[in-house]
Amino acid sequence: MAVIVSTTVNGDDVQFACEPDETLLDALRNRLGLTGAKEGCGTGDCGACSVTVDGRLVCSCLVLGVEAEGREIETVEGMADGATLHPLQTKFLEHAALQCGVCTPGFLIAAKALLEKNPDPSEEEIRFGLAGNLCRCTGYDKIVRAVQDAAKEMRGA
Amino acid sequence: MQYEAPETTKAAVSLLAKAKGSAYVLAGGSDLLVRMKGGFIEPDLIVDIKRIKAMREVKKTASGFSIGAAVPCAELGENKALVKAWPGVVEAANLIGSKQVQGRCTISGNLCNAGPAADSVPAMVAAGAKAVIQGPKGKRTVPVEAIPVGPGKNSLKKGELVEAIVLPARKPKSGDAYLRFIPRTEMDIAVVSCGVNLTIDGKGVVTAARVALGAVAPTVLLVEAAAKAIIGSKLDDAALDKLGAAASAACRPIDDKRGTIEFRTKVAAVLAKRAAQIAYTRAGGK
Amino acid sequence: MVTLTENTLANPKERVTPTVVHNPGLAKEAFKSVGTRPLRPDGLDKVTGRAKYGADFNAPGQLVGKILRSPHAHAKIKKIDTSKAEKLAGVKAIITAADLPDLTNGDKGMYDILDNCMARGKVFYDGHAVAAVAAIDAATAKAALKLIKVDYEILPHVTDVDEAMKAKAPVLFADCFTEGVEPKPKKASNIAKQTEFGHGDVEAGFAEADVIVERSFKTEQTHQGYIEPHACVASVSPDGTGELWVCTQGHFVYRNHCAMLLGMDVAKLRVTSSEIGGGFGGKTHVWGEPIALALSRKANKPVKLVMTRDEVFRASGPTSASSVDVKIGVKKDGTITAASAELRFASGPYISMWAELGAMTSFACYDLKNVRTRGYEVLVNRPKSAAYRAPSAPIAAFAVESVVDEIASKIGMDPVEFRIKNAAKQGTKSSYGPVYGPIGIGATLEAAKNHPHMSAPLGPNQGRGMACGFWFNFGGQTCTDLNVGPDGSVTLTVGTVDVGGSRASLGLCVAEELGIPYNQVKCLVADTGTLGHNDMTDGSRGTFSSSMAGIFAARNAITVLRERAAKMWEIPVDDVVWEDGHAKATGSGHGNLAPLSLKEIAAAAANTGGPVAGHAEIVADGAGVSFATHIADVEVDPETGRSKIVRYTVIQDAGKAVHPTYVEGQYQGGAAQGIGWALNEEYIYGKDGRLQNAGFLDYRIPVCSDLPMIDTQILEIPNPNHPYGVRGVGETSIVPPLATIANAMSNAFGVRMTHVPMSPPRVLKALEAAAKA
Repeated sequence: MAVIVSTTVNGDDVQFACEPDETLLDALRNRLGLTGAKEGCGTGDCGACSVTVDGRLVCSCLVLGVEAEGREIETVEGMADGATLHPLQTKFLEHAALQCGVCTPGFLIAAKALLEKNPDPSEEEIRFGLAGNLCRCTGYDKIVRAVQDAAKEMRGA
Repeated sequence: MQYEAPETTKAAVSLLAKAKGSAYVLAGGSDLLVRMKGGFIEPDLIVDIKRIKAMREVKKTASGFSIGAAVPCAELGENKALVKAWPGVVEAANLIGSKQVQGRCTISGNLCNAGPAADSVPAMVAAGAKAVIQGPKGKRTVPVEAIPVGPGKNSLKKGELVEAIVLPARKPKSGDAYLRFIPRTEMDIAVVSCGVNLTIDGKGVVTAARVALGAVAPTVLLVEAAAKAIIGSKLDDAALDKLGAAASAACRPIDDKRGTIEFRTKVAAVLAKRAAQIAYTRAGGK
Repeated sequence: MVTLTENTLANPKERVTPTVVHNPGLAKEAFKSVGTRPLRPDGLDKVTGRAKYGADFNAPGQLVGKILRSPHAHAKIKKIDTSKAEKLAGVKAIITAADLPDLTNGDKGMYDILDNCMARGKVFYDGHAVAAVAAIDAATAKAALKLIKVDYEILPHVTDVDEAMKAKAPVLFADCFTEGVEPKPKKASNIAKQTEFGHGDVEAGFAEADVIVERSFKTEQTHQGYIEPHACVASVSPDGTGELWVCTQGHFVYRNHCAMLLGMDVAKLRVTSSEIGGGFGGKTHVWGEPIALALSRKANKPVKLVMTRDEVFRASGPTSASSVDVKIGVKKDGTITAASAELRFASGPYISMWAELGAMTSFACYDLKNVRTRGYEVLVNRPKSAAYRAPSAPIAAFAVESVVDEIASKIGMDPVEFRIKNAAKQGTKSSYGPVYGPIGIGATLEAAKNHPHMSAPLGPNQGRGMACGFWFNFGGQTCTDLNVGPDGSVTLTVGTVDVGGSRASLGLCVAEELGIPYNQVKCLVADTGTLGHNDMTDGSRGTFSSSMAGIFAARNAITVLRERAAKMWEIPVDDVVWEDGHAKATGSGHGNLAPLSLKEIAAAAANTGGPVAGHAEIVADGAGVSFATHIADVEVDPETGRSKIVRYTVIQDAGKAVHPTYVEGQYQGGAAQGIGWALNEEYIYGKDGRLQNAGFLDYRIPVCSDLPMIDTQILEIPNPNHPYGVRGVGETSIVPPLATIANAMSNAFGVRMTHVPMSPPRVLKALEAAAKA
């Protein structure tokens, strides 16, 4: 029996119906058409489905859709402010921190969560902070640089 | 499948007790959802405990800390008092999975899943943590090592759930540490792991110690011989060698995709020594 | 001769001064657009979540497809009973091999693809597809799979390459007689094919040698590990037409293969490639796509089929496991007198060319008088081995470059100097046959010798290693369209899938040729219905071949633009030249004509002959071979055997780096994959022949905290066969890391690691054995 879930996604109040055993990732992608979060593994090992729930970084493949009731969800689709990109989005573009780009939404969400907690992370802190996000294309070099550069800009340094 | 998110422990116990088919507690879900996805389990009922307020809190009391069963591991790392008192337990909790997983997973869930390689469990065992269990017959408290009974099997009875993990108040001149071996730097399941908790006197002599090993037996091991090896010492090389030997001797591992018997047995000694040294330093030893 | 060196040192403390020496032989010397680093045209969609990957497509009324897979490594399918599943409400189609009749008409390669997509009578590996379901939703499809009953007769299996070659091994195919052996063997075996390469007299060469080193190596099976699982939506109508939206490295090839297997006309199957979430060779083969089409045909509805990660590992893409013997003989002065290698590659259940490629690439870095390599394609009960970035070359290089280092050390020569002495150069007859044109192996070695990394101090328990790598690169069939819009903006339509930023590079090349700003060009990837055939994005050919075709298309468009300008000016076309994005009148008679911009000509096109376009279809011959030299500092924990890469440098020849940032990205990504392969990645099979680590938890690709910054140095030794000197850059960077890291460990601890991955248990064991010795 499908359950009706009322939640907030990227600041918008939304409702969707989902099966009780359906993941939040599937609900976002298939019920709400928000396909920015990707399923790379379905087991919490790759981070491509990263979103935040009430400000807390999670893998949406490890959250049930029904758990979203009354929560605040943020996805990559909500990162830009209208036509203005988030500094992380801009820096990922400028540094070519993506090749295929399928891991990028997860990295952006995870990096945003990281910088909100730690505005001036060391390279090591960035690397360990993003260890839950797999990228197979870049070797992470340009991703780490993009995050460093975005952090600098966000600090106003 | 039925999903319930009760707001009281009593309601949760009642749902679990009355369940006809297979019923599972959902705390962080980082293990439960993986098992569902893989088709290993097909729950008839899931009881989500995250809407039970009491289970979402870390309470500091005179007798120590009470960590609600639904508190995600990430919150433990953000609790300064807890990090100061039990750094080993917190670092173990913050090694489970990724930052994303830590945003969901709980040490109670880690304990109840009864994985031999569960990261937080050796640290909790070394710390002398206790599990507060609520069930149809009321409340009971057991040492955490009494919960896992074999890989994937725990000692909870029908209708029971862990409500909180209780860590004792920190004695002066004490320290704990947890180390695990993984092939990568993050994201792996422990191949072998060790939690050490110890207390020293004014001269730096170890007066009390608990050493626990993970991933070297069907359940996490509390190794008394390893503790004895360092009690009475200043953690000199001879004591450390004895500790390592005792740790290796206690191992009853298997060969599997994550490691060999030989490797686990050897590295258990290495980790025990290294963890003991960190704990000793944290206790103020030099 | 190095012509231009560009540095992108990650280590800010050290800088290498670029040396610029112009090569007079190169047609194009000064570039305006090529070599700059603009934003990619598809980037914005990819940072905002808007880009559509394989699983992001949906068709109205689509069903969900799921595949039932064999739990056995080797078994006869006695019976498949789908009757219960068919009765389940919501199930719209169930197929087995019976729904995919053999239309391959004796084409063995295509038959193997068909058999791999859906088992026909026998399953050959854990994960082999046996049936598939299309249902109204995922839950129903899953439930239906459980209701399908397959009656198996389990057969003995073999998963190890050396075991499979033994006389007593279970034979996968009773009609497999080793190809390439004369006379044809009388007994069937798992050795599907034998190939041989080389020249000179190897025995005589070894007899001349002062020192000979001979060693055996083993490498475990690895997966490309792309983050996006295979996904497609298939829609087949009763009129015989169909559409397929799919993540692939080659939608034209997918179209051709699917059309043949399904009995459709190629022209009636339109395939659109989605954005692709990584491929690295794994998306050059069809896996579930023919099944999705067959399900759609049977259900008469669109079917979406997305693999789970478990399916990706069990049933798609891995590279070969191998065992390799290498023997090299040298004179005391460092001259290699002879070299030989024997390479045994696990091919999965179907014949492949992976050992052959290993045999070809083994000694390609060196100028050898006497060389011989032999490759064996060995059938085993594992998934079909697929291409993985410079397929087979990393395996061969691991073995060869390890022995090269060891033998250099034996005669007391510096490993870089030893390689420089023996390096192939222009005019060298390569070990696999052809004679080299201008190549970059010597230049990468010289650059390595002079790189600050080489002389930086090492910490405790650290060792430094280096190794070289080679890849052929490929050109192939390519077709592009260039259309000038009425406002003068240019659309470049290509048929090579963009796997990592090639649309930016192709836009740069066309902007360069037309003499217009990069922003005036939009490059997009066409579907199979709107462009002629293109080979896949493999062999590092995407930018090489499509830029060549794009430049030719631009030249054709320039011819049209000149004609139009001539018409506008009413002068002979021969008096019009194209310079800096403008038509200019030359000659004495029309001195006062102001140049006409592309925009002005485009605006007038309706009155001068209609839309302006250029087209090119080519076989992009002449892909220049590519070489790299890598340097790594590795730290090993002597008590646990765990390794950490402390510093890593990639030096590689790009011919001409069209978009240097994306070239660096290719270097870094390939190195990271090689590091993963070297240290922790491997398929682990149980005694039951089943894969035990089909997930990212236990198939351990490098995570962010595993790696250091990866320094890159781009060398540019122009490829004379490309108008701008471009070579493929995508693959070579995965070739050297395995040996580079093994050599670093050897230099740190005196242990020679011969089994990849060099995982902690293997390294610890080797350290202990060395300590005892």
